[in-house]
Amino acid sequence: MLGQGILKGLAETARNFFGSYINKDRLTTVQFPEERLPQIEATRDFPFLVYDGTDWDQGMRCVSCQICEKECPPKCIYIVKSADKKPDATGKPQFYPARFDIDISVCMSCQICVEVCPFDAIKMDVDFELSTTDRFGGLLLNKQQLAKSNEYYNKIHPTEAAAVDAALADERAKADAKLRQAAEAKAAAAAAPPTPPAEKTVVQ
Amino acid sequence: MPEIIDQIFVLLKHWLMGYVPSLLKPVVSAILSVVPVLLAFPLLFAITTVLERKGLGRMQNRYGPNRVGPFGFLQPMADGIKSLTKEDIIPRTADHLVHLLAPVVIVIASFLVYAVLPIGRNMVIANLNAGVLFFFAVGSMVELSVFMAGWSSRSKYSLLGAMRAIAQMISYEIPLVLASIVVIMAAGSLSTVTIVNLQATYTGIFPHWYVFTPWGLTGFIIFMIAATAESNRCPFDLPEGESEIIAGYYIEYSGFKFALFFLGEYLGMFATSAMAITLFLGGWAAPFSFLTWIPSYVWFFAKLLALICAFIWIRGTLPRLRMDQLMNFAWKFMLPLSLINIFAAGVWHYMPAGASRWLVVTLVIAVACVLLSRGLRRNQWFHVRTYRFAS
Amino acid sequence: MTISFFIIAAITIVGTAAAMSLKNLVHCVLSLTLGLVGLALLFLLLGAQFVGFTQILVYVGAVAILAVFAIMMTRSAEPMTNLPPASFRLSGVLIAATVFAVLAWAISSATRSLPSQSSQPEVSVNQIGVALMHQFVLPLEVIGVLLTAALVGAAILAMDETGASR
Repeated sequence: MLGQGILKGLAETARNFFGSYINKDRLTTVQFPEERLPQIEATRDFPFLVYDGTDWDQGMRCVSCQICEKECPPKCIYIVKSADKKPDATGKPQFYPARFDIDISVCMSCQICVEVCPFDAIKMDVDFELSTTDRFGGLLLNKQQLAKSNEYYNKIHPTEAAAVDAALADERAKADAKLRQAAEAKAAAAAAPPTPPAEKTVVQ
Repeated sequence: MPEIIDQIFVLLKHWLMGYVPSLLKPVVSAILSVVPVLLAFPLLFAITTVLERKGLGRMQNRYGPNRVGPFGFLQPMADGIKSLTKEDIIPRTADHLVHLLAPVVIVIASFLVYAVLPIGRNMVIANLNAGVLFFFAVGSMVELSVFMAGWSSRSKYSLLGAMRAIAQMISYEIPLVLASIVVIMAAGSLSTVTIVNLQATYTGIFPHWYVFTPWGLTGFIIFMIAATAESNRCPFDLPEGESEIIAGYYIEYSGFKFALFFLGEYLGMFATSAMAITLFLGGWAAPFSFLTWIPSYVWFFAKLLALICAFIWIRGTLPRLRMDQLMNFAWKFMLPLSLINIFAAGVWHYMPAGASRWLVVTLVIAVACVLLSRGLRRNQWFHVRTYRFAS
Repeated sequence: MTISFFIIAAITIVGTAAAMSLKNLVHCVLSLTLGLVGLALLFLLLGAQFVGFTQILVYVGAVAILAVFAIMMTRSAEPMTNLPPASFRLSGVLIAATVFAVLAWAISSATRSLPSQSSQPEVSVNQIGVALMHQFVLPLEVIGVLLTAALVGAAILAMDETGASR
């Protein structure tokens, strides 16, 4: 019979129509600004700079090595290396970025900057409500806008941040141990009578 | 009292006309008749867009618009402001005059057909002798504007869309007219007012609508299918198939001209629905004799809204047809069936009233329908597709 | 009556004149359509509703579209660069003048032979139908047969020769 399928289809849409008024579970739409879906942990959009401690300028992990700037495929990172050194969060004197800009209208969220950073200083953010009225200036983020605390990082990517923190603590402990060893060795050397090793080192 | 409420607009017009000097009477009378129609149907258009979006949303388990105003019912205002303030882009190689005229012609043609549609008892702008003919004649001007839009845009997609639209409109106009001929045969008049008046009588509590006869029902179904195709609505929306030719003939229109096309299309849909109501569903007549105390215009708009909801329901259900399916359906099914329907109406007219003519006419139509649908199915089996030009 | 007649006549003449003089063929068809609409309005002005609406339905709704289709499918709608030679024009003018003369003679002689009282006859659709089905039933059927033959011929022309068996 011609038209049987049409009637079946009409019944199906009618069932959906009335069902959506009776059974709220049918409606899969999330009313966005009021309701939000929980973010999955692997969410990422644009990079930000991690700082330790409370002062964003003081505690910034970035040492201005400029690897990310060179690796960035669309070249959206702009870094000016400082002339002097400044103590970082651990008190060690380091170079720091005098200027660090990311143009997020160019950024393609590839995460390569994060992969190449040897200092775990740059990480991916999850903040997506970034619309501005000024499409050039408003989307060019400077150092202060990019700086976000390690606690924030721990909040948005807990597992990853815990691993990073553990690795950093491990490294720092190793460095401390080395430093201590070196100091001990120095102390031991100072205690022992001076030998002429200077020539040997030159040869090596 | 019900009579006064029923005729309130007519009485209001007469009362207002009393204050008009006799020299201006024809002009003022025309304005007083036309302006309400020019206000009511665009308002209905606004309501329909919300209903359509909400209804389609619910059929797909979505909410639909619910942000602007209570339950999203002010959404058409926002859409209107948006389309008014948008930039009006005209392609550089477009034919500027024709490009400008196309949306104007479609809106004018769509509004003109309302002149002969009786909205209520004594509520019609022009009671023409050849009202039904006027409706189809002016309705055919839409095709010209579609061609103007498609050709003047200088775009492949719009030209393709226009060609599809014209082919489809011409093909479906024939069943549309043939389906309405049965009513003209039965009523013996081309005047829409006479047709409705003939249907507004009752046997017992049941009205004499033409849809309650076998040929009337068949005619109504054919008319509604053809009307869906005429107004380029799903499942006959090939001319504007978004997934193939983006928006068809109005792809190069933006801003307010696009809104005019949209308006023209919806007005055309309302007009053909209103014509279906006038011809088959008794126009402004109440469905039962004990319901005649409800004003006639309320019945008209209730029927119109019901048909619009049916259109939305169909749109939410059916996928788009393919071009050959569309043409096969028009020429191999609709056209023969509407011709047989005319024959059946003639048989009905000459047979004595009673159960026998019901039986005979129903049998004629049912047999024709079954045979034609089998013929339509025969070519449907899957077969290896041959390409004429590629191989 | 006279003002509306002159407006409609102007529309008709401008439309048909533009149809002859414009360069772009599609523009020609569109202005011809305008002229046909003007003609339909003239019929309506004379009280011939049925003829007027049929004029719109057939000429605007079908013939104009047909002409447009024919232009789109046979040649490009670009403006023509080469104008027809002068002799063509001369013969065209001659033919037009002859046709006009014949029509004018026919009309003027016909008005003389008409009865003098010019009360507008009320021709309803009903009367037209009755006349077609009684007095003119043979011509109507002959035209029907002719059109059917044309339709069948067109279908045969359009038929795909290789797939004719389908």
